[in-house]
Amino acid sequence: MTSAVSAADIAPTPYAWHIQATGLKVRVGRQRMAVDGLDLSLGTGVHGLLGPNGAGKTTLIRALATVLRPTEGTLELLGESVGGKGEHRALRRRIGYLPQEFGYYKRFTVREFVEYMAWLKEVPKADVPAAVQRAVERVGLVDRADDKLKALSGGMVRRVGIAQAIVNDPSVLLLDEPTVGLDPAQRLRFRKLLQELGTDTCVVVSTHLVEDVAAACTDVVLFAEGRLVFQGTPTDLAAAGTPEHVGDSPLERGYSALLQDPSHGKGAW
Amino acid sequence: MRTEHASTRLIDGYARGDTDLVADEVWALEAHLEACGPCRDRLSAVVRAAVPPAAALVDTVWSGLEPRLATATTMPHRRRRSAQLSAWMTPVMAPWLAMSAGVTLIALLLDLAGSVSGDVSLVLLLAPLLPVGGVAASWSRGVDPAYELTVAAPRAGLYLVLRRTTSVLAVVVPMLLVGGWATGVTAAQWLLPCLAFTSATLALGGVVGVTRAALVLAVVWTVLIASPTLATSRTPFALQSGGLPGWALLLALGTGVVIARRGAYGVLGAQR
Repeated sequence: MTSAVSAADIAPTPYAWHIQATGLKVRVGRQRMAVDGLDLSLGTGVHGLLGPNGAGKTTLIRALATVLRPTEGTLELLGESVGGKGEHRALRRRIGYLPQEFGYYKRFTVREFVEYMAWLKEVPKADVPAAVQRAVERVGLVDRADDKLKALSGGMVRRVGIAQAIVNDPSVLLLDEPTVGLDPAQRLRFRKLLQELGTDTCVVVSTHLVEDVAAACTDVVLFAEGRLVFQGTPTDLAAAGTPEHVGDSPLERGYSALLQDPSHGKGAW
Repeated sequence: MRTEHASTRLIDGYARGDTDLVADEVWALEAHLEACGPCRDRLSAVVRAAVPPAAALVDTVWSGLEPRLATATTMPHRRRRSAQLSAWMTPVMAPWLAMSAGVTLIALLLDLAGSVSGDVSLVLLLAPLLPVGGVAASWSRGVDPAYELTVAAPRAGLYLVLRRTTSVLAVVVPMLLVGGWATGVTAAQWLLPCLAFTSATLALGGVVGVTRAALVLAVVWTVLIASPTLATSRTPFALQSGGLPGWALLLALGTGVVIARRGAYGVLGAQR
């Protein structure tokens, strides 16, 4: 009989934060620093990464997914320093990642694709069928599990993307614009899933929709021009705005207030 | 199978729900029952004989469950084979491999007809180019839609690149073997250029992206070797046996660069 709790499960965590960046800079192309001197510490919970288009959200998420190497500064994920030549295999097994442009093989069925991703993520062979089933159930695609991906709607494909991200039970889950293409009902379900995942996982959700943040996030990270503008709870964000600022909700007003602050750059556009 | 089984006293007590079993005994017994079929059978026999209310309850649960179990489907097994296949190649590579096969076949037919190129073997002339397309499709940001997902996975890196390259060569090499045999060129004459271009594509691909590397190599080959050869109808020095050390050198160099720069296959390049 196998024991239900392994030594690794009850071992104390050797790190203070799931994600810790100090003076992080990530260069994109030859010239541009898309992330430019970022100090950030994130623990368990759902962190909404908010910012205007071109703020460097995708670059930051890619750096967190270890597919882009930091140009300067330090980045520690789950206590492991990222950068240099290492392949970070052990670390990557504990990361789930949904890229902004979620590419997939059209001829695979949902189950085949998530199975394939589980194989790529080195989920132990014996655990794959159960892990795939669990992931597909969590995104509510059980009845479509044996359909080909090309037969699914855009919102369903997005959910397959989320399923592949959580199939390895990650400790750090990185979702880049996951709500694009989801209809309102799916969005509500997705927020619930996020809250569920956030109880024991460090979830980073990049979005430009302020209402996503209000509903599902425990923590907001406002990001503009490669720098951290604000980090706090959604309530703090709402408190930053005054009725004079642009926006339809307290959060939107807080968002535009913080981005318009003269010390933080030259306007959000 | 374990040799020790629960005693009759324990099982009888458990079936009756006796209070004289201590908690840790119950715990140990349940843990054993979960893993031991014979002891479960003994327990159910005892329950049937001695505890009618529990037996009735079990029957009720079964009668409720059975219709649903009958309709539940089990997972089909055919999937396993495609899962094994996708561990070696992506669906994107299939058309490229088919194209390589088609091109080899056409070159072979032309060679056998002996009409186009005089003394020059077209199979030999194409040998270095054949694996390049498949290799490009196997690890390319532009061609493979799941490239970013793949690169971010723990299995990404040199190991997976080589795995996919192996499957390309597993398709290309047998075809060339047939072609070489039919046209009477020795294996080393096509195998070395073929392998050298494969490793060169990967090595160059680590720097500028595999698609671009494949394109560069194909153009260089066409301009420098293939076109003059077809124009003059003479087998170029590079493809005669005197050129073999050069190919071996390129192969060694390419392999060395690929191994030295293996970190490049686990990150997104700046290029498309």
